Amino acid sequence: MTARLRDFAAFWYDFVVGDDWRVATGVALALAVTYVVSRSTSATWWIVPLAVVVLLPYSLWRATRRTEDR
Amino acid sequence: MQASGGATSRGAGRIAGAMGSGALFLAVFLACAVEAVEAATIVLAMGTARDWRSAGLGVLGGVGVLAVTVAALGPALTLIPLRSLRLVVGGLLLIFGLQWLRKSILRASGYKALHDEDAIYSKEVAAASAVVVEKRPGVPDWYAFTVSFKGVVLEGLEVAFIVLTFGTNQHDVPLASVAALAAVGVVVAAAVAVRAPLARVPENTLKLVVGVMLTSFGTFWGAEGAGADWPGGDAALPVLVVAVAAFAFALIALLRRRRTLQDDGARRLAPAATS
Repeated sequence: MTARLRDFAAFWYDFVVGDDWRVATGVALALAVTYVVSRSTSATWWIVPLAVVVLLPYSLWRATRRTEDR
Repeated sequence: MQASGGATSRGAGRIAGAMGSGALFLAVFLACAVEAVEAATIVLAMGTARDWRSAGLGVLGGVGVLAVTVAALGPALTLIPLRSLRLVVGGLLLIFGLQWLRKSILRASGYKALHDEDAIYSKEVAAASAVVVEKRPGVPDWYAFTVSFKGVVLEGLEVAFIVLTFGTNQHDVPLASVAALAAVGVVVAAAVAVRAPLARVPENTLKLVVGVMLTSFGTFWGAEGAGADWPGGDAALPVLVVAVAAFAFALIALLRRRRTLQDDGARRLAPAATS
């Protein structure tokens, strides 16, 4: 039963978070910052695209560094 | 003057709306086609190596589970306030999109092996041939049934999520469903026609396009759900699609160049190391 629950949790973790948890955390953080800053100003549209510009190359850099280390 | 401005604004809104519907159809169709190709390879391997009837029953069972999931979650999603829905769904789509983009960019730049349906098919057939046949009531081969069932459910779950969320957000679940069904229809027809893994489908390119679409929609909806106002409203979405695509291609070019430089360096070092 415990093993099945663990498998179930692992499936959903893999489904939602995927290969790089840092990307998921970064996206959540960017949305949270947008939400908080949007309370005082509406010009917050750039925060999430900025997160994409930072997170994608960072995740790729980590993946390629791992490949090169092998 | 004001009326003319209003007409221009309505015209821009209609164009943005049409582009939104087109992008919705394209994103769902391509995402569904890619996952359907992967599921078709698994089912084809089970049918060829084991038993077609059991593989077919597995497909029916998997499609049934997905249909129930969509039917149950679809109406539930419409009850959630649009802004909250866009925040959660946008965030998830953005995470999915960045995962698809990451893999596609690594494959396109040579850092990850290309997705090869022929190789996957051969591996599935070899694994299936080694398992003893076990009958269950109504199912001649339990292994072929469960592998086909799991293949359809696992590959289809993400698509079901995309259909539901895109459809609900754009207030057009029927269009999203039509796009998904059209993709499955095209893939099934192609698989039946060639009776072999659909290795010629440019899966890696399709995945890159889907990654661009999911990232763009996720960015747009996520930021909007969190309270941001996009300059130009819905017209910002196509701009985002172009910007994300350009960014992805720039990263591919950068990584390819880096890979080439590393390979050249390794080739230059190799003779020195052996001498």
